[in-house]
Amino acid sequence: MSRKLFYLFSILIAISFLAVACGAKPTATTAPASGEVAAPVIETVEVIKTVIVTQEVTVQGTPLPPEVLKPKGYGETLAAVQANGKVVCGVHTSLLGFGYLDENGRNIGFDIDFCRAVAAAVLGDPDAIEAVPITAADRGPVLQTGEVNMVTRNMTWTSKRDAEWGNFTWITFYDGQGFLVRKDSGIATLQDMDGATVCVTTGTTTEKNLATSFADAGLTYEAVTFEDTPSVYSAYVEGRCDVATSDKSQLAAARAGFATPEDHIILPITISKEPLTPAVPTGDDQWFDIVKTVIWGLVNAEEYGITSANVEEMKSNENSDIRAMLGVEGEADWGYTALGLSPDSLAKAISAVGNYGEIYDRYFGANGIAFQLDRGLNNLWTNGGLMYAPPIK
Amino acid sequence: MVTDEYFPKKIPIWRDERVLKAVAQIISSLIVIGFLYWVIGNFIAITQQRGMPLTYGFLKEAAGFPIKESFIPYDSTMSFGRAVLVGLINTLVVSAAGILVATVLGFLIGLMRLSSNWLISRIGLAYIEFHRNIPLLVLLFLWYFGVFTKLPAVKESIAVPGFIYINQRGFYLTWPRLAEGGTLFAASLVAGILLAIVTWSVLRRIREVKGKETYFGRVSLAVLILVPLVGWFASGGRPMLLDVPILKGFNFQGGLRLTTEFTALLIGLAMYTSAFIAEVVRSGIQAVQKGQIEAARAVGLRYSQILSLIIIPQAMRVMIPPLISQYLNLTKNSSLALVIGYQELFAIGKVTINQAGRAVPVFILIMATYLAISLLTSIILNIYNKRVQFIER
Repeated sequence: MSRKLFYLFSILIAISFLAVACGAKPTATTAPASGEVAAPVIETVEVIKTVIVTQEVTVQGTPLPPEVLKPKGYGETLAAVQANGKVVCGVHTSLLGFGYLDENGRNIGFDIDFCRAVAAAVLGDPDAIEAVPITAADRGPVLQTGEVNMVTRNMTWTSKRDAEWGNFTWITFYDGQGFLVRKDSGIATLQDMDGATVCVTTGTTTEKNLATSFADAGLTYEAVTFEDTPSVYSAYVEGRCDVATSDKSQLAAARAGFATPEDHIILPITISKEPLTPAVPTGDDQWFDIVKTVIWGLVNAEEYGITSANVEEMKSNENSDIRAMLGVEGEADWGYTALGLSPDSLAKAISAVGNYGEIYDRYFGANGIAFQLDRGLNNLWTNGGLMYAPPIK
Repeated sequence: MVTDEYFPKKIPIWRDERVLKAVAQIISSLIVIGFLYWVIGNFIAITQQRGMPLTYGFLKEAAGFPIKESFIPYDSTMSFGRAVLVGLINTLVVSAAGILVATVLGFLIGLMRLSSNWLISRIGLAYIEFHRNIPLLVLLFLWYFGVFTKLPAVKESIAVPGFIYINQRGFYLTWPRLAEGGTLFAASLVAGILLAIVTWSVLRRIREVKGKETYFGRVSLAVLILVPLVGWFASGGRPMLLDVPILKGFNFQGGLRLTTEFTALLIGLAMYTSAFIAEVVRSGIQAVQKGQIEAARAVGLRYSQILSLIIIPQAMRVMIPPLISQYLNLTKNSSLALVIGYQELFAIGKVTINQAGRAVPVFILIMATYLAISLLTSIILNIYNKRVQFIER
């Protein structure tokens, strides 16, 4: 009986493969072709219409006012956000410091604050956000389909992702892969790690960076790899490994969770660039500009010394650039008209979440609620860091 | 008397059982073919649309990730295909070792369970129930994080100096290694084993046929010792060296090393499966009719003779089919290794998916490989099964 069924099924499968093989080619060729043809058809219709219009115009003899050409999709996101009354953000819910749940179950974090800043700027209310929890693997698809208005989820900006996923706005956090070691291990440089055992999460760029940097330095090592991140750190703490490696922010978060964090140090070596950047779906340049401008505003605010506490009194500052940025009446337009925002939208964002430095210190500063991490590259350019945003004017 | 009036010769086509059956068969096969056509066609269309055809060219690209333990030379500059091969060998090694340990342990526990001694029988029962009622994943975590990584650190290894060192990085044993010019000895060793087997079976057959004592045991043992001994002297007296583990830097070097991950997986898998094998052994032995044992006793056989000559040969016939499925389970369960950092086929397959971004081809490859391993195992054991079954006359 089972043998008969087996033959029956194998024959059925074989037949369906044949059917697919015969049928697939035509569908495969027609599908892209129809897509290519469809676009020009619409365009030709438009061309015919414009011809008719110009004829009418020449009859009347009056010149048309110049019109700003806006591509399809321009302004759609802002309209949708205002209609829904909320900004939809793809976020992390379990990464300490960046996107996590506090003891009251609220989704907070460094990344979430940028979503709140955009909501405050656009809608005037930092709580008008819908935080959609997404996994690392979801980040590309939700951008490609436009399911969310922006993704702020600990995402490294790479050329491939920029080309394939969406528009990356502005770097909010300069991270890099580092090493966590025991203080008494005597390891201080990469060379000291020759022959060491290294704990690492499997299937990440981290694993590849590790292999490359050790190979380039001509060092040997033994990698103990785990599927899930907590296992990496428990194996490290037990002493299975001499070194744990990951992004420095993750190492700092893990270290903060150890029983004795002071016994472990993060070495001042960085072996990769991980610029963490919020991204928006492609196709709406206005929304792209809005998110970028809000981030610039927060960085500029720190430069000018504008904080969530003093934003009101800064509106009467003698510096006209500051007054303009905060949207004081009678000052220059910093671009809000074209972006469809109110003049004081950046002021609202700053008073809602604070300037860039305030956001950083809230989670990673000396009294940070998540863990302590030296600002390093994330300092303002004026303090030797890389945080440098175009002027708001 | 039957008349044509009530029983017309020709049954209408819609009530003809044969026709109805054929139609039902055709309809159901069309549904199955249609479903498969849809699934496979959809898959092919999507992969073409995304530019990810079902090809295996990527297996030649450089893998870029490290693998801790490999029985063939591997480094991160080698290809994905090589990495998958390393994984396959690791799976085969841990499965083979696991099957061996589980069988020995399973027979022991199964016999304990049948013991007339109350304490021994209860110990067997507790062992079986403990392992049968806890998920393997939990047991693996317990062995790895609860036992093996809690072993002493490298510098405080449990040691029998010069022979064995045990620490949380693994078990390091002093192990013989072939010296230069040792190939002759190795060849003679293999030849000795083969010759001994041939001698044993030929002489035994002669005794069975002629009924004359041939001392097959002693003669073959002599062959087993003498042939390698000749090889030992022929190769110049020192064909083997002892490889002693030595602490160098962070870790021990040299000797035979069983890593923590391998040992934890092996012990976890073998003990878990041995509980099931113990039950198979018990059922096999209990299936032997009581009369057989009583008869053996009446003839005057000792208990060990009853066991080896009467019980085991008959019990084997019952035990082999369920044993096959336990062996297959063990092999498939070895894929749980990825949670405790032993890099076998599935773990390396998952890394390959992540690094090469080709989920479907890799999954097909993994599935086909496991299928091949399982089919091969069951073919070999089925052949053995046929040989030990009753030849009914």
